[in-house]
Amino acid sequence: MLRKFTLTLLAVCCTPYCVPALADEVNIYSARQENLIKPILDIFTERTGVTVNLVTGSADELIQRLTLEGDNSPADMLIAEDVGRLYRAKEAGVLQAVESAAINDIIPAQYRDSEGYWYGLTLRSRVIIYDKARVNPADLSTYADLADPKWDNKICVRSSGNIYNQSLVASMISRNGVEATEAWATGLVANFGRAPQGGDREQISAVAAGQCDLAISNTYYFGGMLKSTNEAERKAAEAVAVFFPDQNGNGAHMNISGAGVTKAAKNRDAAVQLMEFLAGEEAQAWYAEVNNEFPVRADVPASELLQSWGTFKADNLALEELGIHNAEAVRLMDRAGWQ
Amino acid sequence: MINSMDGAPEGALSSLKTGIYSRLPMLGILLLCLLLSVPVLTILTSITSSSDGVWQHLYETVLGDYVTHSLTLLVGVGLAVLVLGIGPAWLVTMTRFPGSRVLEWALVLPLAMPAYIIAYTYTGMLDIGGPLQVWIRETFDVRFGDYWFPNVRSLAGAVAMLSLVLYPYVYLLSRTAFLEQSVCVLEVSRTLGASPWQAFIRVAMPLARPAIIAGLSLVLMETLADYGTVQYFGVSAFTTGIFRTWFGLGSLTAAAQLAAVLLIFILFLVMIEHWSRQKARYHHTSNKYSRLPQIPLTGWKRAAAMVYCMLPVLLGFLIPFIQLSLWAVDTWHLVDKDSFFTLFVNSLELASVTAIIALVLGVFITYSKRLRPTLPLRGVVRVMGLGYAIPGTVIAVGVLIPFAWFDNTLDAWMREHFDIATGLLLSGTLIAVVFAYLVRFLPVALNTLDAGLGKIKPTMDDVGRSMGLSPLQILRRVHVPLLQGSLLTASLLVFVDVLKELPATLILRPFNFNTLAIRTYELANQERLAEASSSALMIVLAGIIPVIILSKSISRSRPGHDSST
Repeated sequence: MLRKFTLTLLAVCCTPYCVPALADEVNIYSARQENLIKPILDIFTERTGVTVNLVTGSADELIQRLTLEGDNSPADMLIAEDVGRLYRAKEAGVLQAVESAAINDIIPAQYRDSEGYWYGLTLRSRVIIYDKARVNPADLSTYADLADPKWDNKICVRSSGNIYNQSLVASMISRNGVEATEAWATGLVANFGRAPQGGDREQISAVAAGQCDLAISNTYYFGGMLKSTNEAERKAAEAVAVFFPDQNGNGAHMNISGAGVTKAAKNRDAAVQLMEFLAGEEAQAWYAEVNNEFPVRADVPASELLQSWGTFKADNLALEELGIHNAEAVRLMDRAGWQ
Repeated sequence: MINSMDGAPEGALSSLKTGIYSRLPMLGILLLCLLLSVPVLTILTSITSSSDGVWQHLYETVLGDYVTHSLTLLVGVGLAVLVLGIGPAWLVTMTRFPGSRVLEWALVLPLAMPAYIIAYTYTGMLDIGGPLQVWIRETFDVRFGDYWFPNVRSLAGAVAMLSLVLYPYVYLLSRTAFLEQSVCVLEVSRTLGASPWQAFIRVAMPLARPAIIAGLSLVLMETLADYGTVQYFGVSAFTTGIFRTWFGLGSLTAAAQLAAVLLIFILFLVMIEHWSRQKARYHHTSNKYSRLPQIPLTGWKRAAAMVYCMLPVLLGFLIPFIQLSLWAVDTWHLVDKDSFFTLFVNSLELASVTAIIALVLGVFITYSKRLRPTLPLRGVVRVMGLGYAIPGTVIAVGVLIPFAWFDNTLDAWMREHFDIATGLLLSGTLIAVVFAYLVRFLPVALNTLDAGLGKIKPTMDDVGRSMGLSPLQILRRVHVPLLQGSLLTASLLVFVDVLKELPATLILRPFNFNTLAIRTYELANQERLAEASSSALMIVLAGIIPVIILSKSISRSRPGHDSST
């Protein structure tokens, strides 16, 4: 009876119910969704013979899982959207430092961790989207200006639970301090055209439909709408345009999607190899374009669509700062009444 | 009937049982229940930890919103599902009107529709950039704000979405109760001068109360656990608050405490209900074989009944289903079809494995509780029942913590003594996933089976015992045949729930393993609703078949009810 039980247990554990630990593989916990990463991973496997195993999920939950699994975690690499999450992973102690001259030469210093715990792989900017018919772009200038009463009832933005908003506020805390930023957030909330709801695409649609004049959105959502298969979405996107704020000041707020090697990595070398591959010219072009993002390296041109928005000045704030001020940003937004 | 309202036979029965029944299996059941309560207990014990002033911040800023919004959701959804569930259940059971035969089972269909998917769909249709509002603006040449249009993404919208997909629980369980009711009682009430309406309100409804309450409590727990819909609509409720506190404020402790508060609130509701029911028992006395009289409706009553019963199906199923199909056709060329089959199989496999395990465990647990309702067992079952009210992600963490602890402890011990690294044996496997499902959905099975078993008179057990049958034999030869309907209901409800489950699967699953729900979520999360529609549709389709079987079998549960007309 007992032997039969043991055998059954073994049989259960040796099927896909357990994770096999083979050599020549990289195990990834990825917050970047399957369709935005799997194809390039397949190319990596084809070139190098290294198998890539993937679990996707939200970054915070994956970090939690990494934390709880501890040193026995099967994951070798964590991929996250937004630097706020990468910073949290570093703070949670689930990443390890990687020193790769090959990567450091390619990725600008502000887009990677100063100690090598994480590296940015794609870039996006959080910009103002305005209605072409109702707004004169000459009236637009800075993020700070969005708190001006002249935009009363005219701004659409998603909830403060969203990490991109948290990162934007964190960057302002880093530049201007908590007090000034809280005053700004309070002014911005007073200008909301509606209670925060939906994602960035919905904010853009709301501008096109006339509920708001301005929306705050990440660039790739706007790009995605322009290329959408849904005609209504395309039409909405064509009625609005991008404005890169703070061009006479610090430049437009930037953020990354990026990756780090986990502390528990059993296949560290393969993970670093994959990271170098993703930072390489070929991968960069695909990896950025598939989600309408900017490549992190300056020598790889952005897609034609993104180039059509013109060149712009990007904020060179070290992105670590966004992580450092994240928790303060959340509390500040709660106080400002940003839902 | 008189017999059914008192608890007289209990005492004699239990004294008979104590001596004979061996204690070992009971201990096993108790341990099993304890194991399954670990995640809930992990959360409850968080109450005692300190959370560094996070509560102060919450109290000063957002806690008030969380509480009022969640309560509004509860009350709104609660009332709506009663209206959408009980009325149609009564009408299709007791009356006849055109379409009533189809509606009998069609009314259950929204159960196959996950709440987050119906929310995506209605938003896509009714939102400011959606086809309807665009059409209004273009046709009448107006701007937004010049015309009135309800806002889907609102608290009221969330109430509507959740009610539309959750009312089938109340419908199913109250219909089962109406089908099982005794004709004599209704006839007596009519001879005493009650109108059909009075017979419904004063006799049938009170008698169906345990079933209605069971359905309602499932709905309310599911409402409290919902994250997808409220998050998508930007409603700050308790669940969204849990996540914000956990990730945004970085305090897992405070987040667990929020969840614990939620649990204590539910425990409180459950106790009130039990206390108010007090000693009343609801066993059935007359047999089910006398045919229920069905009143043919005419005139305006017929029309009203048709509209009343069709509305929930139309709004909760047909409209979103058609919209999803249209989107699926539009975006079919973009869909990664190769992996579809695997996703489908994965979803079905998880759902059926969990449903079978839940059924077996559910039967043993409820039966043990019936045989020997000791305090520890009842307590543990009560705690376990709370699992249904906890958001999937919180359950997942409640599963990860003990599993990872077990794996890491075992690994360390094996290394020390045998120099063997066992690594993670359970974490990151489907065992963990199924375990999480059981923690979350076993309460559904327990609720259903408990209600079913409660209706079987204890004298049946006594008769079995007096004929020399062992408790297991009684279970097999008396209860299981009588329980058939409840068994089917329990397993199919769990099946459909697992099919729709997203958050726990997402965080616990092994490498390279995806389900339909995950594919849907990933695309919807990139705000590509139309492309998400084909996998969403697959979830719905996979859920429809069990839902129809369920509905049909409930109709058949009253012999003589189906075949005619």
